[in-house]
Amino acid sequence: MSPSASLREIALTPVRVVMGLIDAPLRALQKRTGLSGMALFFLAPNMLIFGIFVLLPLAINFVYSLTGGSALFLPDRSYVGGNQYERLFDCSSYLDPLTCQEDAFWTAVSNTFWFVVLQVTFMILAALVTALILNRNLAARSFWRAVFFFPVLLSPVVVGLIWRWILQRQGLLNFILYPFGVEPYTWLTDRMWSFTAAVGVSLWAHMGFYALILLAGLQAIPKDLYEAADMDGTRPARVFWRITLPLLMPNLIVVIVLALIRSVQVFDEVYILTGGGPGTSTLFLTQYIYETGFVSQPRNPGLAAAASILMGLVLVVLTLLQLGLGRRGENKGKR
Amino acid sequence: MRMRVIPLLTSATLALLTSTAAYAGDVRIMWYSDGIEGEVLQDLMNRFKQQNPNINVIIDNVAYGVIKEQLPIQLEAGNGPDIARVTALKDLSRHWLDLRPLVSDPAYWDTNFGAQADWMRPDGSKQISGFMTQITLTGGFANKTLFEQAGVPLPGKDATWDDWAAAAKKVAQSQQIPFAMALDRSGHRITAPNLSFGANYVGADGKPALLDKGAKDFITKFVGWTQDGTMSKDVWVSAAGQTYRAAADDFINAQLAFYYSGSWQVPNFSTKIGNTFDWVATGSPCGPAACTGMPGGAGLVAIKYTKNPTEVAKVMEYLASEPVVKEFSERTLFIPAHKGVIDKGDLSFKSDNPMVKAALNTFVEATKTTSASAQKMPGWRWADTVYGAMVARVAQVVAGELKLDDAFTRIDADVAKKVKDSGL
Repeated sequence: MSPSASLREIALTPVRVVMGLIDAPLRALQKRTGLSGMALFFLAPNMLIFGIFVLLPLAINFVYSLTGGSALFLPDRSYVGGNQYERLFDCSSYLDPLTCQEDAFWTAVSNTFWFVVLQVTFMILAALVTALILNRNLAARSFWRAVFFFPVLLSPVVVGLIWRWILQRQGLLNFILYPFGVEPYTWLTDRMWSFTAAVGVSLWAHMGFYALILLAGLQAIPKDLYEAADMDGTRPARVFWRITLPLLMPNLIVVIVLALIRSVQVFDEVYILTGGGPGTSTLFLTQYIYETGFVSQPRNPGLAAAASILMGLVLVVLTLLQLGLGRRGENKGKR
Repeated sequence: MRMRVIPLLTSATLALLTSTAAYAGDVRIMWYSDGIEGEVLQDLMNRFKQQNPNINVIIDNVAYGVIKEQLPIQLEAGNGPDIARVTALKDLSRHWLDLRPLVSDPAYWDTNFGAQADWMRPDGSKQISGFMTQITLTGGFANKTLFEQAGVPLPGKDATWDDWAAAAKKVAQSQQIPFAMALDRSGHRITAPNLSFGANYVGADGKPALLDKGAKDFITKFVGWTQDGTMSKDVWVSAAGQTYRAAADDFINAQLAFYYSGSWQVPNFSTKIGNTFDWVATGSPCGPAACTGMPGGAGLVAIKYTKNPTEVAKVMEYLASEPVVKEFSERTLFIPAHKGVIDKGDLSFKSDNPMVKAALNTFVEATKTTSASAQKMPGWRWADTVYGAMVARVAQVVAGELKLDDAFTRIDADVAKKVKDSGL
């Protein structure tokens, strides 16, 4: 026996011992439950962890949303039924948050909606363009890929702090602009600029990740399709619309779903960057939930739980919609 | 024999490694630091341990965020340390241990810490929960160098908010600084001038009253100053909701002529400003009703879930003793709460910087003239509720999202909602 084979034998010995030990009980179980029972048996550990760490907290959160008071623990809280939801929906006009009882919630909903629309749109466009460029035969292609991916590796707190230092009154941007006659401006105290900064910084921080997914999709498209199109003299724009985009669609859908979910959940880097201000112009849903449940005096965990359930529902609807679209696209492709 | 020893040793090691139970004689202190107070405490406790070798004091130095966000959850679950340094003294008071039957001389505590005892015990109770490690008082700071360079005299002791605004504005124009004044984004901070303008937050039933003329008058003035550029609006629009923001960095960078914050900034200014420019503590400017600052601070409290109450009481007695309080305050540059130490007036703050000593003495003096209504606020259950609503809404006005009258209506509505939410 060769040395490598004997090493393998030694390494496999404990595995064989374990397999030998569990073989008999597993065979007995399979005899009793059949193949479908075995599938459930193997899925059980994962489902148990999922149940304990995802489903159970979700259920507890829902129960919290039906309770009132500022106490933290469920047994100390009083049952109020759907009052927290009624309170969130108590509005004269949903388009004017100031007519709502919980105006901060509706301001956060409105801000989040516009953030999602702008951030996801620009994110997809920027990620797609970046992926298309990085897919070409550039000089130092790996370097450029690393450059675009680097912000993804940064902690959101670091991202927020870096950009706050750039955009504050005595920050880098004003320092650069001053020699050109631009008076120092506090970008983050301007409602329009702070929202733009929130979208821009979020885009900068996450674009590399989505570009990488799209790049993987682009590299999986068979080269012979492009060669055939080239031989036929197809225009580059037509190649993009007829070959690249349809074949990239599965990756694009993944990217859209992930970007949507991530942008609805926006919190960390924007919280550090603007704190939700000026006023409430960058107050997003997650910050509203956090502040209602943990910061405000007295805390209102019930209202925060109700708002988070509503946010969760929006995410579920968005995900199902995108998955439905993706499946339709796949079926079309098969036909 | 050897066969028996190994499993025994293994079991003992495992038991030691996995056990987190408190042992008899253990006293665990959860402590946060703004400056060097953690080191001073450690030093003091080392001396205590030499005198009391049977009591094992463990100091857990944590971030303030842990005290604010994690400690309340531990306490709700009936856990936590034996002693903690906290700021939410009233809000969590149901978790504090009553030291009255455990300390050797309760009268000493009543005499020396009685003025703040209500801040940290449930309403109506007479328990001794602990003592304030530091008293803070809000007050102003002026950049003396900027005033001198501008040729503007510093307003005197009884100067009003308007006097300070006018003088600071002249300095800002002369010295080309971005803002004349700044006030921290904090309900506690804005309450001081509100009270000086005659505000009363407390209703006849002890619950929050509607916003009155005094509060509205100062808030209107404050918003006007942010709009005409006298008061820095940056700090107020730099966050949403109740988030606290200080304008200390602007003062440190000589971007402000006058800054209204509090005594806790003195060690910070001492370190960061050094000799870059001269600064003075000014006390609180006057309004039509008073010239008061707002008291506050951090307290050291015993937790009622402790397994070692006798040892806890011994540690608390040591830390609350007059010489220890005096030394702690002198070394940390904190204003002590101890009446005996204050009345003797022989505090010798350990700083080579004459501006620091002068500023601390100004604040120590100001503690004697704090208004009665301001003294009551830290022990009032709804203070944080009113502060929070005020900060959130006034910031919206400063940012141009709300009109002032709408903000007043919203503050009242928000406070009423919170009171209702609490179920009290």
